[in-house]
Amino acid sequence: MSKPKVGFYWCASCGGCEEAVVDLNEGVLDVVEAVDIVFWPVALDFKRSDVEAMEDGEMAVCFINGAIRNSEQKEMVEILRKKSGLIVAFGSCSHMGGIPGLANLHDKESIFNRVYHTVPTIDNPDGTIPQVETSVCGTTVELPEFWDTVRTLNQVIDVDYYLPGCAPPVNLIVGAVTAILEGKLPEKGAVLAPDKALCDECDRRESKPENLCIDEFKRPYQIIIDEEECLLAQGLLCLGSATRAGCDSICVKGNMPCTGCMGPTSRVNDFGAKALSAMASVANANDEKDVKRIIGGIADPVGSFNKYSLPASYLHRKVRK
Amino acid sequence: MSEQFEPKIVAFFCNWCTYTAADLAGISRMKYAPNVRVVRLMCSGRVDPQFILAAFRDGADGVLIGGCHPGDCHYQEGNYKALRRFHLLKPVLEEMNIEDERFRLEWISASEGDKVQKVINEMVEQITKLGPLDLEPISTPETLDEMLEKEQEIAV
Amino acid sequence: MISLKINGKPIQVESGTTILQAAKQLGFEIPTLCYHPQLEPYAACRVCTVEVKNEKGNKLMTSCNSIVEDGMEVQTDSDAVAQARKINLQLLMAQAPAAEIVSEMAANYGVGDTAFLSENAEEKCILCGLCVRACEQVAGTSAIGFANRGKDRVVTTPFDVQNEACITCGSCAFVCPTGAITMDDPFGREVIHDEMTLGPDKAITVPFMQAVPNAPAIDTEACIHFKTDACGLCAEVCEPEAIDYSQKDEIEEVEVGTILLATGFKTFDASRIAKYGYGKLPNVITSLEFEKLSNASGPTGGDILMQDGSVPKSVGIIHCVGSRDDNYNKYCSKVCCMYSLKIAHLMAEKTGAEVYNFYIDMRTPGKGYEEFYERLLEEGMHLIRGRAADVSDWAMNEDEEGKLVIRAEDTLVGAVRRIPVDMVVLAVGLEPQPDAEEIRRKFNISCSSDGWFLERHPKLAPVSTFTDGVFLAGSCQGPKDIPETVAQSGAAVAEALALIDRGYVELEPNTAFIYEEECSGCKTCIPLCPFSAISFVEDKNVSEINEALCKGCGTCVAACPSGAAQQHLFTDEQIFEEIKGVLSYV
Repeated sequence: MSKPKVGFYWCASCGGCEEAVVDLNEGVLDVVEAVDIVFWPVALDFKRSDVEAMEDGEMAVCFINGAIRNSEQKEMVEILRKKSGLIVAFGSCSHMGGIPGLANLHDKESIFNRVYHTVPTIDNPDGTIPQVETSVCGTTVELPEFWDTVRTLNQVIDVDYYLPGCAPPVNLIVGAVTAILEGKLPEKGAVLAPDKALCDECDRRESKPENLCIDEFKRPYQIIIDEEECLLAQGLLCLGSATRAGCDSICVKGNMPCTGCMGPTSRVNDFGAKALSAMASVANANDEKDVKRIIGGIADPVGSFNKYSLPASYLHRKVRK
Repeated sequence: MSEQFEPKIVAFFCNWCTYTAADLAGISRMKYAPNVRVVRLMCSGRVDPQFILAAFRDGADGVLIGGCHPGDCHYQEGNYKALRRFHLLKPVLEEMNIEDERFRLEWISASEGDKVQKVINEMVEQITKLGPLDLEPISTPETLDEMLEKEQEIAV
Repeated sequence: MISLKINGKPIQVESGTTILQAAKQLGFEIPTLCYHPQLEPYAACRVCTVEVKNEKGNKLMTSCNSIVEDGMEVQTDSDAVAQARKINLQLLMAQAPAAEIVSEMAANYGVGDTAFLSENAEEKCILCGLCVRACEQVAGTSAIGFANRGKDRVVTTPFDVQNEACITCGSCAFVCPTGAITMDDPFGREVIHDEMTLGPDKAITVPFMQAVPNAPAIDTEACIHFKTDACGLCAEVCEPEAIDYSQKDEIEEVEVGTILLATGFKTFDASRIAKYGYGKLPNVITSLEFEKLSNASGPTGGDILMQDGSVPKSVGIIHCVGSRDDNYNKYCSKVCCMYSLKIAHLMAEKTGAEVYNFYIDMRTPGKGYEEFYERLLEEGMHLIRGRAADVSDWAMNEDEEGKLVIRAEDTLVGAVRRIPVDMVVLAVGLEPQPDAEEIRRKFNISCSSDGWFLERHPKLAPVSTFTDGVFLAGSCQGPKDIPETVAQSGAAVAEALALIDRGYVELEPNTAFIYEEECSGCKTCIPLCPFSAISFVEDKNVSEINEALCKGCGTCVAACPSGAAQQHLFTDEQIFEEIKGVLSYV
């Protein structure tokens, strides 16, 4: 019997998710033992034509990381959707938009203007900006269309499962692959990670007081961080209480607050709004002035609460004027 | 557009103060703009910021939270929590280009029927001036192509 | 027991008794000046001199400080006694020529003038020392004493300067037999009606004649005993020994199932409306002060008197003082029209005065009320429709001289009128108690914009509040007259009883709860609950809501970062759908 075929693809992301696959170390050999990797551009030389040549549904599963923000990515994932039995959104970017999703605080015009005109390191005397079509030496050359809005994978194609994290933790990847191989998958649309918040598995949870009230929010560089005590109790904006567990709290173990890459639990629709609600609620002030002072200590609220989730949030992008 | 823009405003009113005040405004036959759609909650402290964003997403042009005056909360301090969330949500909305006038928190006690009238009329007037909230809907695989076409038009 | 004879009459008295006390028992009057039964005798004035015959012979002695002895024979009115008193009285007259009581006493003995030299014709003090003893023995402060010797002797404060030892209790002035010491009102106000004032009461009083319990109470702020630890005269004179200074205010905690708020109202402070002259012009009183005057057990025994003690011949009653006035209270106080008519009726009946009512509208709904108004019209009451502009003592003509002039527009005549009257009664409105706000917070209920306690529903739940088990009765909820108050209180009691009878309270159905298997134990919710309904279950690492304590605000639900907390009737899902719903129509 032939082994199930598997693909990996990379859209708008940093490439860390691909690294996560490599992080399987020797485990990857077991994976290869069990499956046939038929598409993995970052590691092996596959072309789009190879995929197009596949039968519909030929691949058992395709893991796609990265957000979707141009026409090429859209076309690719649409092809992969056709050729693959299951699509797994792999990592925060395809799950919720990820860090590239913060581009939704801007638009195409302002991004191009910044990148190709005003960035101090740019040298672009002709003011060239990418064009979808341009003529070079008599030939027409094409570039993918850059979108105004960054989208999550499920806003572009139908997604079966989600592997959250930036990047997804190795144990969750192993768990997901095993589940696929064994056919023990949950209901479609599920996030393949525990459905509790991170505090549940945090080593520091016992040091979290029952009467947590925050007088001042601090940023990590402002204090010497205690390595044992609950980070939120130290005034750091740790979003562990709102973030899905499953990462073994590696950031907190590294003495850094959780920033929410694993996204919300299944019961929360808008990660940023919910995390914001929890953090604002424990600000220790009733007077409007004090409230503003404490709340004002949270730098960049959108970036803090929607670091990985802006395109997946209710507002998903800045309102156009 | 021949038809005048009528803003939709979702109001989250606490059961004890502002909802009662709205009731009073009704009993007292005070007229106020019909644009407001009231969602009754037990306390302004129940207002989850998700609700506000959901209201905007679902087509609201403005959101109003009405609670008891500070110190008057039927549940002692729920309104303070609303206040804290309000002040953290405000900069988020600002960054998302949602004008200040579209999101308000007002303390309206059970006796202030006239304040309900005043706040709602004021808000409707301001938002009518601002025009509809042009929040792009979130695409789905089905609506994506249509939306991309629109995006093209905007870019041109 | 000691046996003695006074003026030939035998008597047996206990040892230690003074001659003065023994004589008093037999009914013999001995004149005294420096004697007070509650103070140590001092024998300074010496007018109580008597003649005593014992085994040593006849001797003149001061009776106030001489103790009886066995076999004594006392003469209180012998020639020798009279002679001695005459001399003493002449000496006292020389010391204090202005002391009337001394001159009167001397006149009784046929003494018209003193043979001795007077230093100061204005002097009233006879140096009897009663005041000095009262200050020391009663007030316990010794703020005054004797200074100098011989003819320079005076009663004064140390170094003749005012000092803080004086607690201004007035004991010295009270005991002074000659009126040499007086209490001055620092504002120079006339003390009216002698002791029958409308002003503050004594330190120990029965609050009012119909008080329940009808027992006197000590005002510890005013009582000398509580200021200096001295005095204690009331305990001394109280035969049943009912006075106990050690009693303290006690705070008792009582657990109850229902609470009835009947905190009432306060009357409008008429001095806030300066133009009516209350507190500045004499004989401008409030309706409540009229009630005190008119009360048979009041300071005047029910007579309507002016400050000079005379009966007013004309009286003005100004309605709506502090009511129906944009500057003070917009609402109608409801009871004033009727009580003003009552005052008018009583005033006319008791004094025969011409009574003028100044009203905006006559509001007399209620059983028998309009009929009463009709009756007053027939009685010839002057009813002037128009708000009074001011009250002044500025006379424009002879008729107005020495009178209070009420200036008002008579809207029925269409002219401004000036009406001179002797007395003005201000029909003050009703206001919420000054601490209504505090009480309201304590019971977690609401107030209307005027400050009255707010009922749960004006028609359907007029005695309930937003807090279960707390009911309203009477004018704490809004101005009411007595029949209305009684009716409402009855309803409130019935509601309370219904709750007591049932014996249990129905919990709000909208409590919050936590899905245990979804809770990460982040503890965010715990400090947010004002009712401490949320606790942390250590071994399960989850938070748990005690639904009996939960009041159902949902604050914890909105804050729960993982959505594990939800609220019955208000789940996230329901609210999201509701938002969709309210936005779905155009």
